[in-house]
Amino acid sequence: MSKMENMIGAKALMTAMEKEGVKEVFGLPGGANLPMYDEFARCNIRHILTRHEQSAAHMADGFGRVSRKPGVCFATSGPGATNILTGIATAQADSAPMVAVTGQVPTPMIGKDAFQESDIIGMANPVVKYAFQPRQASEIPEVVKKGFFIAETGRPGPVLIDIPKDVQQNEAEMVFPDEFKIQGYHPWTDPDIVAVEKAIDMLLHSQKPVILAGGGTIISSAFAELQAVAEALMLPVVTTFKGKGAFPENHPLSLGPIGMHGHAEANKIMSEADCVLAIGTRFSDRSVGTFEEFERGLKIIHMDVDPAEIGKNQTAQLAVVGDVQMNLRIMVKLLLQKAIKKTEETPWLKHVKETKAYWKENLKLHPGEMGAAKILRKLREILPKESIITTEVGQHQMWASLFYDVIQPGTFFSSTGLGTMGWGFPASIGAKVAKPDVPVVDIAGDGSFAMTENSLATAVLEDIPVIVFVLNNFTLGMVAQWQRTFYDRRMIGVDQGKYCPDYVKLAKSYGAQGIRAQSMDELDKAIKDALSSNVATVIDIPIDPEEDVLPFVAPGTSLKDMILPS
Amino acid sequence: MWAILSILVENKPGILFKVTHLFRARDFNIDSISVGVTENPEYSKMTITTVGDEKQIDQIVKQLDKMIDTVKVERLDEHKTVYRELSIFKIKLSNANDSMEINKLANAYGGKVHDVKKDSIMVELTATPDQIKAFEELAKPFGILDVARTGVAALQRSGAE
Repeated sequence: MSKMENMIGAKALMTAMEKEGVKEVFGLPGGANLPMYDEFARCNIRHILTRHEQSAAHMADGFGRVSRKPGVCFATSGPGATNILTGIATAQADSAPMVAVTGQVPTPMIGKDAFQESDIIGMANPVVKYAFQPRQASEIPEVVKKGFFIAETGRPGPVLIDIPKDVQQNEAEMVFPDEFKIQGYHPWTDPDIVAVEKAIDMLLHSQKPVILAGGGTIISSAFAELQAVAEALMLPVVTTFKGKGAFPENHPLSLGPIGMHGHAEANKIMSEADCVLAIGTRFSDRSVGTFEEFERGLKIIHMDVDPAEIGKNQTAQLAVVGDVQMNLRIMVKLLLQKAIKKTEETPWLKHVKETKAYWKENLKLHPGEMGAAKILRKLREILPKESIITTEVGQHQMWASLFYDVIQPGTFFSSTGLGTMGWGFPASIGAKVAKPDVPVVDIAGDGSFAMTENSLATAVLEDIPVIVFVLNNFTLGMVAQWQRTFYDRRMIGVDQGKYCPDYVKLAKSYGAQGIRAQSMDELDKAIKDALSSNVATVIDIPIDPEEDVLPFVAPGTSLKDMILPS
Repeated sequence: MWAILSILVENKPGILFKVTHLFRARDFNIDSISVGVTENPEYSKMTITTVGDEKQIDQIVKQLDKMIDTVKVERLDEHKTVYRELSIFKIKLSNANDSMEINKLANAYGGKVHDVKKDSIMVELTATPDQIKAFEELAKPFGILDVARTGVAALQRSGAE
């Protein structure tokens, strides 16, 4: 317990955040959070001004996913707070650590429909891991401590701290606690050695085993453990889309993501498997197709930190609850002790290799020079392997999943759960703040980029040189693809207008670099120019609006029923 | 399948909202709910009865357990549990004998009679939901004017853990 100090609530907030190691806050000021903003003048935390509160939340989210420490965003009451809701929901859907701090109208005004009052605690409840509304200034230090702890432990998630303006202004004797108790929260469990042992046994006794690595593998940084298990047992590795890059995608055992726009070989092998070691995944409908079909004839070993995920979407024959890195470490240890190291190629593994080779040869790609696969492979070829990718949501996102191989695990981030268009660009800014020394590229589409492009102001003014890589088909491409596939080509509400806006000019108007790339040579040069630039760059790449993302598992069907390029 | 859930929560504002919201958001049912502070004023106990298949009830328990404000979540076995609900019925009196008949009926169910008026009578009944339903069926022919029910309160019998 540290000594007591007299200070106002707003100063206590900043002091408590400094103690948590916060160096940056993404946000936008307003009437109800001015006391907090005033404290930036007297503390060592950098404020990064955004042009919309939603973007502040996405930046904090991107920061959190990359640094694995909660990213922090600030917004004022009322519309400021409601604007961050989409950002909070996005972080919750993808288990990203975040602390969102909102100003609230003064305590006596709560419930009086005051100017810029919104019941943000009530609105945010279903999309936060936890929400606090301190009513006394003296509560703030402990609330911040607990908030950061909840956000980053167990299954991470967003925490909201809503502070009425008078609570920010009131002076109190502050105690910054080192210890605290949260009765109903037990993020840590012991390793489950018995279950892990049983899991090894199940994998050894199945004919067609496979590993399915989900986003939890990345959150837990269980990369080395996953690779050790896969290699020792010679298991093919598929991932969910959120788990993309949990395993190096150039590894001979890697098959890439399964799902609606999964790799053909991954979907094929997943649907043929008889036993799956599923690591840190919630078996989302986008990954597995129909639940009943997916689990038919499949023994599921489900490792997850969240016990509520066990049995939610799929029935597990064996559950291994706890941090996946911890339990995978036990698995690696047991495999070593038992001297289990497979070297012989089973008929299953032979089949896996043949399937992979077949699809590498035979997946039909767009014939044009500027087809999505060629563009994304070019990007991969030039970017250093440690580069971080974020994506927007739509066709470009799924092309990135198909054609951009993640070599260094944990360098690919996307809004996979909520599917929030406009996430990738601000998230890339947050990612770059967390890791300023590596290139950060937002793989974008014209539709999604339009949603948060005003973050260019933040990137330029705050000197955060990210690269926005726009696959521009002048169309809300994924919706257009569904309209072509399921609605007899009735194209409604998808035309974005050619060069409206012109993203090259738009970038320049913000003081960023704008480059149009209409050929592979131009693209090559554009990527290299962007990498050597010290200002944010938008690369606008016009592509064919008719290009579909294929393979495609239509909603409500199984992974076996892929629509393939004809 | 019918299940009785006993949920110990921190006695703080807003928790009833969060618990009921969880049921709404995950498409679970609340059959009845009762809430009261425990002998330790730091905690409240909620008793929720719900209907669902085994998988759903397992999910409800896990999701409630995951909530940070819940301290303990238990699914009670109804055969090893004392569970009761308080109900008050206002019943119409039409004929001269009705009052006597309803008194007899109330007695048979261990109920108490209140507020006897010329045209109506009230019966207070503390029983299991099944017994209350049975009473309600028998009272229906007289004409039920109004009912209020508290929801189930339940405690596990000693030694049944």
